Amino acid sequence: MVKKFLLSVLMCLIAFSVFAAGGQESSPAEDKAVEEMVTLDFWSWRTEDVDIYNNLIDQFREKNPGIDVNFTAYKNTEYNTVLSAAIKGGSGPDIIHLKAYGGLETYAQPGYLMPLDDKVPALKNFSENAVRGATSISDGKIYGVPFASQTLVIYYNKAMYKELGLSVPETWAEFLANLETMKKAGITPLANGGKDGWTLEVLQGVICPNFYGANDYFADLTSGKTDFTDDRYRTSLEKLQELRPYMPDNFMGIAYTDMQMLFINEMAGHFIGGSWEAGYFSAQNPDMEYDVFAGPVAKAGDTRYASAFLDGSFGMNAETEAPEAAAAFLSFMASSQAGQYLADNLKQKSDVPGVQFTDPYLKKLGELNKNSTPYIMLVGFRYEQPTGSSLIQSTLQGLLADSIDSYEVVDQVQEGVATWYKPFK
Amino acid sequence: MKKTKHQSLWITFFVLPGLLIVLVFIVAPLFMSMYNSMFSWKSIARDQFVGMENFHKIFNQYPYKDRFFNAMGNNIQWFLSTMLIQNSLGILFGYLLYKKIAGSAVYQRVFFIPVLFSIVAVGFLWSLYMNPNMGIINRFLKDVGLQSWTRAWLGDEALATPSIIAVNIWRWVGFPTLVFYAGFNAVPEEVVEASYLDGIGEGRLFTHIMIPLIMPSIMVITVLTLIGSLNVFEQIYTMAGLEGGPYYSTDTLGTLFYRTAFGAVDSGLPEVGIGSAIAVVIYVLTFFFSALSIISFKGKEVEL
Repeated sequence: MVKKFLLSVLMCLIAFSVFAAGGQESSPAEDKAVEEMVTLDFWSWRTEDVDIYNNLIDQFREKNPGIDVNFTAYKNTEYNTVLSAAIKGGSGPDIIHLKAYGGLETYAQPGYLMPLDDKVPALKNFSENAVRGATSISDGKIYGVPFASQTLVIYYNKAMYKELGLSVPETWAEFLANLETMKKAGITPLANGGKDGWTLEVLQGVICPNFYGANDYFADLTSGKTDFTDDRYRTSLEKLQELRPYMPDNFMGIAYTDMQMLFINEMAGHFIGGSWEAGYFSAQNPDMEYDVFAGPVAKAGDTRYASAFLDGSFGMNAETEAPEAAAAFLSFMASSQAGQYLADNLKQKSDVPGVQFTDPYLKKLGELNKNSTPYIMLVGFRYEQPTGSSLIQSTLQGLLADSIDSYEVVDQVQEGVATWYKPFK
Repeated sequence: MKKTKHQSLWITFFVLPGLLIVLVFIVAPLFMSMYNSMFSWKSIARDQFVGMENFHKIFNQYPYKDRFFNAMGNNIQWFLSTMLIQNSLGILFGYLLYKKIAGSAVYQRVFFIPVLFSIVAVGFLWSLYMNPNMGIINRFLKDVGLQSWTRAWLGDEALATPSIIAVNIWRWVGFPTLVFYAGFNAVPEEVVEASYLDGIGEGRLFTHIMIPLIMPSIMVITVLTLIGSLNVFEQIYTMAGLEGGPYYSTDTLGTLFYRTAFGAVDSGLPEVGIGSAIAVVIYVLTFFFSALSIISFKGKEVEL
């Protein structure tokens, strides 16, 4: 008796769940309305910029009423994993926010991306440097619409400079003198720490090019004329050790967010980082006055270089069911309207031709970019494992913690990159 | 008791969902990684069959070899320190609870509470405590005049792994404590009373009677510690990051695998073949050591 009762309860439950599932399905009339509308999925790692992108998508929708775009942002550190799992599983988005250089190659080489050369005509107007990061090294085709480039700079607190009577340094000696003055005044001169290895790669990108001979060395290195054990590169790394006395106490435990906090709360006078920080700095502390300068040079009169790189691009999934709609959206992203909107709102240096920088900060970046040099590891050595970036990040931690010297740093980087980089073989 | 056909049907009915989950989410991926480990990869697409080459690379080729053995060394460090510190504390606490010291009931719960916290929350909280300029640990040291003792706990190569292990021990110590507490309670009272009547001292009672009698508990904890030490991941991910920094000092097989297979850090690229090979090695090691420890404990149990 009890058994029969239990069985009937079970049957009821099953029946109920079947009906409940059926109830969620939409009626045929609704389906028809949806059919006329093409919905594109657009994935990104920019969780900070969701509102800005949604706003931009609204502008696109006004011009293209038949196309809807659904923007989803994943956490930066998980984006690669989520995206590659989805693409492999055949459920990737139509529009993909792509990282540049090696990050693009991950998806371009196995054929997961649609070449855009003839799909987005506006790409022809982009500068060669801008599309480099969105071009596959294997077939030379363009797979993305570049959206912004980044410059590596030194931020300084203007109020502190005024109070201490400092001026923007040109040479390394002047820079160190400024740091020393700050330290004596009881202010932590540099916000930079070493817990997150990638912030050290940025540090290297700001300081070292003016010591290793910027573009000349980069050309020699990528053509295989020289390698990482070159004294020019090795001695440039030793300059980073000279900055240690001016970093916060126990700086090896200072993570990226601690660095930002130190600068935003005006507890540190300088922040050596990338141009992408500005939007966040201004949003967190609108009262703070800051400006940027490029890494100092060895002696007065030298050309002053700043490392620059393409931050990313917008690409199209090769498997998309709506290639025309996706192409329309990417063409919109390549238009000066979208470029101008993103530049104005993200405070990022747009690569879209014809964008006017009204913001003084972006104007300054434009000036610094007149003498730009490729951000060495990202532009040149992030195409296979182990990437030059992952090697330099960890070894710089070793260097700054004094557990290895500059010779060991360059030996390890060289040995790692040589396992896959043909010109070194 | 012989089961009727009817009963077996019911048993199958209830076991099936669990079995399906195990098959789909554990067994299938396992064979998938074995399969993947024998291919070369063009970023995230399978390329050519290369047989054991990926395994050969892990054990012989720079930089895989250095990273692999470095990570394994850290796994061993995890195992040894967890075994020595956490489990010894577990036995000690378990015995004190068994001896019904004052407040036993309270301690029993207090020790176990951290086990219930999410690893991510624990990792995040402790990395705030260990923050070099804002964390309460360094603040406390400064306030009591021990400025020279302040450290970059998670940024110092020599201290990073011990710091993370310390947090892990803090979090997990309640588990062996409860297991051993139960083990001591399972020892028949007559045995203890008889030992006292024979005039045995407290110390000898503990070492000669109690420890041999809780051997099954020790075995269980050893195997769990071993498996746990081979799989450490979350605590490192939340406290030190996926690079296993600083300078690889906190890298374990788990973080190395994840970083390699998925290119999960900004500066990395996926290398699925090598990553899968590392996963297979972790699996083999786990299987081998678990089997070994179970076999080596066999026969050490004391029958009453």
